[in-house]
Amino acid sequence: MGPIASTVSRLYGTKGWILLGAFASVLFIVFPVCSLVVPPSSPFHLSQYWVTLIGKIMCYAIVALAMDLVWGYAGILSLGHGLFFALGGYAMGMYLMRQIGKQGQYQSELPDFMVFLDWKELPWHWWNTDQFWWAALLVVLVPGLLAYVFGYFAFRSRVKGVYFSIITQALTFAAMLAFFRNAMGFGGNNGFTDFKRILGFTIQTPETRMALFAITGATLLGALLLGRWLVTSRFGRVLMAIRDAEQRVAFCGYNTVNYKLFIWTLSAVLCGIAGALYVPQVGIINPSEMSPANSIEIAIWVAVGGRGTLAGAILGAGVVNGAKSFFTQAFPEYWLYVLGLLFILVTLFMPQGLVGMLRKWRAAT
Amino acid sequence: MRTLVFLLLVMLARPCVALDAAAVGKLAFGDAEERSAALAALVAEGDPKAVALLEALAAGDVQSAGERVLIVKGEEATDAVTGEKVAPLPKEREDVVANNRLRREIESALSALKLLSPDRAARLAAAQALQAGAEDAVLPLVKKAMAQETDPVLKPMLEVIAATLELKAGSKESRIAAIRRLSDSNNPNTKTLLMALLEKDKEGKFAETDEDVRAAAQASLRAVEGKLVWGEMGGLLFAGISLGSILLLAALGLAITYGLMGVINMAHGELIMIGAYTTYVVQNLFRAHAPQAFDWYLLCALPAAFVVSALVGMVLERVVIRWLYGRPLETLLATWGISLGLIQVVRTIFGAQNVGVENPSWMSGGIHVLSNVVLPWNRVMIIAFAAMVLVGMWLLLTRTRLGLFVRGVTQNREMASCVGVPTARVDTLAFGLGAGIAGLAGCALSQIGNVGPDLGQAYIVDSFMVVVFGGVGQLAGTVYAALTLGFANKFLEAWSGAVIAKIVVLVFIIIFIQRRPQGLFALKGRAAEA
Amino acid sequence: MASSDVKPAEPILEEAARAAQDDIASRYQHPVVPGEVDLSHGAILYLEDISVSFEGFRALNKLSLMIEVGELRCVIGPNGAGKTTMMDVITGRTRPDVGSCFFGQTIDLTRLSEAEIAHAGIGRKFQKPTIFEHHTVFENLELAMKADKRVRKTLFARLNSEERDRIAETLQLIRLSDSGQRIAGLLSHGQKQWLEIGMLLMQEPKLLLLDEPVAGMSDEETERTAELFLALAGAHSLVVVEHDMAFIEKIARKVTVLHEGSVIAEGPMAQVQNDPRVIEVYLGR
Repeated sequence: MGPIASTVSRLYGTKGWILLGAFASVLFIVFPVCSLVVPPSSPFHLSQYWVTLIGKIMCYAIVALAMDLVWGYAGILSLGHGLFFALGGYAMGMYLMRQIGKQGQYQSELPDFMVFLDWKELPWHWWNTDQFWWAALLVVLVPGLLAYVFGYFAFRSRVKGVYFSIITQALTFAAMLAFFRNAMGFGGNNGFTDFKRILGFTIQTPETRMALFAITGATLLGALLLGRWLVTSRFGRVLMAIRDAEQRVAFCGYNTVNYKLFIWTLSAVLCGIAGALYVPQVGIINPSEMSPANSIEIAIWVAVGGRGTLAGAILGAGVVNGAKSFFTQAFPEYWLYVLGLLFILVTLFMPQGLVGMLRKWRAAT
Repeated sequence: MRTLVFLLLVMLARPCVALDAAAVGKLAFGDAEERSAALAALVAEGDPKAVALLEALAAGDVQSAGERVLIVKGEEATDAVTGEKVAPLPKEREDVVANNRLRREIESALSALKLLSPDRAARLAAAQALQAGAEDAVLPLVKKAMAQETDPVLKPMLEVIAATLELKAGSKESRIAAIRRLSDSNNPNTKTLLMALLEKDKEGKFAETDEDVRAAAQASLRAVEGKLVWGEMGGLLFAGISLGSILLLAALGLAITYGLMGVINMAHGELIMIGAYTTYVVQNLFRAHAPQAFDWYLLCALPAAFVVSALVGMVLERVVIRWLYGRPLETLLATWGISLGLIQVVRTIFGAQNVGVENPSWMSGGIHVLSNVVLPWNRVMIIAFAAMVLVGMWLLLTRTRLGLFVRGVTQNREMASCVGVPTARVDTLAFGLGAGIAGLAGCALSQIGNVGPDLGQAYIVDSFMVVVFGGVGQLAGTVYAALTLGFANKFLEAWSGAVIAKIVVLVFIIIFIQRRPQGLFALKGRAAEA
Repeated sequence: MASSDVKPAEPILEEAARAAQDDIASRYQHPVVPGEVDLSHGAILYLEDISVSFEGFRALNKLSLMIEVGELRCVIGPNGAGKTTMMDVITGRTRPDVGSCFFGQTIDLTRLSEAEIAHAGIGRKFQKPTIFEHHTVFENLELAMKADKRVRKTLFARLNSEERDRIAETLQLIRLSDSGQRIAGLLSHGQKQWLEIGMLLMQEPKLLLLDEPVAGMSDEETERTAELFLALAGAHSLVVVEHDMAFIEKIARKVTVLHEGSVIAEGPMAQVQNDPRVIEVYLGR
């Protein structure tokens, strides 16, 4: 078998690839047709609401995937991953705010909130943000750099387990507090909203939405394949060994800090990209995305789906956010109970998550 | 309303002595200069009857009928000079109008007159109004009021008002004399006043041209600053201890459960919140059934808060947490889920808005140490309370059997179990203890802040920081950590504002933990491992 | 022992150093490459006057030890004698307060990190088998294999036939050829110990440190382990810490006795067993 063929078979078996193909066709053929071609009167029409909702959930799925890579495979429980997501979102948000141009409330080149604060020019960190390529670079670099620096110090000093989780909480909390301040130049507690255009296309049209949807879908599939490639490689085996017995791995001669740093930074960059895809679809970004509560929820998506399975992370993100969407519309007072119960039940009774349960059921029958 | 009562009292207390008719006449009919002078004269007398006239003039109720000046309200008229009723209402009347400048002077004058009111609140309001801007005319009255004022808050205010007026006008000698007088003050507003004298305008030239005056101001400023520095330091110190005591109360329970069982309880904040709400309920019960004993509702609320939170904690331990023993990350997630549920329960029962918890009367107000330092009673009480709880905890841990068991299980669970310590029961009781202390913290917090369903969320990150920073296994760590973080927060706040202070403290802890992963005082081995 | 860090400033010293190097090189076919273990004097491990204190407690007290290339040395001593601490110093887990510790002639172990020491060719096996319980036996050996262990290389690594052969060889040596695909957590205690030794061997260490390797093994497993060690000696140097005297008698030619952090006796088993100091230390007076 040539190297490409063997890699392909290493990633997924035949059944797996067929399933992936099915998903891809649904994402790239069925949904666009139902949204753009099928008329609104038909029951098969996919409304803007659904396109946005599913697009949003796919962004969350990417985040869950990123979380599974560090938690399920490397044993690092981060309770501040929402920060990287939000930073990517803000980077894209800056670009989108510049794209509003003079169509804002104050008809100024400066974003509305800056005019409101009586600022006369763009702060230094907004430099070049009207260029898409620069914003895209920021989406990758800012979360990546922050993750790298933080991880470098944290992993090197052997901070692990619960303490690590707590300081990631502190990190995202501190960032949230900072971003709430108007002086930071990120819109304060209102954040960025009211986007008009992206790359010249009007944001609110069904075509643009569908394009964003498709790009998100492609990114999700790409992230899944990348993750799968990583965890089935020797790198993945080393990572899982680090999760189980880090000292032993160090003894084998591996620099465990570098391995953890690599997957941690990659995970942060994935979150940043997810954030950048999220913001144009949802139309708003504000500091509450950095709240500790948001980041803890990410952990539950992965736990519900099944840690250490990648597909489980995507499944968990879909199930929990789908449930959230349903409950907050139908029975809003009960959503927190459901979510809280999910946390408790999953940790007590379903440590392997839904995927684990599925496997057991399949093995039993 | 009060003014009216005051007027009535005054009128009853003194026989009806008329105002100076000439002055009244000038006020009504004179030109601008004459009117200001007349106003000053009326004010200098300090006659409270002038209040009625001036108020009427500002309201537009003063009219003249020929030579007479009348205060006309609806169909009733009183003579402005004598205060007696005039009937019948004269038909030929003209309005006596006050222009803006006169109005300003009247405002000032009215405030100055009210400075002599026996009602402290009225005097305070008047002083505050004058602080915002006083006309020169009221200076004599202010001085008169100052002479007879004894209230420690009002007197310094009057000093500053007088000094401000004196500094504006008058000869060089009198101004320097006023400045010298100010050097005795320990009022922070004096400092602002003196600094204004030394200000430079845009070109770098001094606003105050006279050199001698500047020199005197400089000297006085130094004297005042010297006095104020102690006050400021004292204030910061107190604020630091106060915040430290609050952090200690909030974090103590968490330190116990984490040190004992390695459980990071994300629902800890909600246990605090439950304590606060219990206090609220007890307060309401007292209000409804025993209002006369309201001042003592805290005596009931404290044990109630302890018990309720402790019970909730023990139920949690039995039902959820004990099954996750040895899996700290899962415990973290499960307790987070519990916290969500608890918040929602409280929201459903009590509503999503903040609820009001009142201090009992003996907790209101504060100790005035210096004119710029007030130590609020409620915070003083909480510091004392935190110290008591700490001592109580220490006694419990070192002198009781339960405490012995808790310490044993914390150090070596397996061995303790082998020698017969009922570890399961110790876990439940210790968790209950930690939860109970959280309840006490909630009760304390209800006295100084808002009580709402999100109360716990505000304190959970801080509690973690204290535990993580202080290390587990020893009370000392928690105490030092709480106090250090309290001071750090407050001192930074004085430099750069509350939000930046919080951020800096968080970042500091993040960095500290990386250098010293076990915290300040650690009983348990190296880094806190999973 | 010339440390590679010493750089003589004066030309005459430079010349002398170069002469010394040539001298060493001329005795062997190849010059000593920096980083490689210099075994020219026949010693693979030197410990000289090592002292370690933990908060006032003297764990090692002027300990001196020398292991020859290809030797199979046993280290015994009562509990608390410092055996584990000695191993910690060798592998870099603990830094000595004073004393020197050299691997070969030139490699100063007190200056290297744990990972570097492992990389240099010292492998340690702990008392408790620490294998990767969720990986297969084969994967365990693959992970331990001597290879470029940097992140970039590991991402794209594929096993070539040579590496596969090596793993197969080791599997045979540790008698687990049939269990290649078994999850390591399911092995018996003895098998886990062998797997761990196998993992050590995959790193191609020159010196193996084995801490109580037969603890918890059955008699048969102990026997097979003795055979394994004897087979390894020669190509590898072994230092075995054990309490099982019967096992030691089977494998040891030279035995070192530690007590309270220093060496009190050294020599063949029979000699050591009759040494009065050793008897006193083990049995009391």
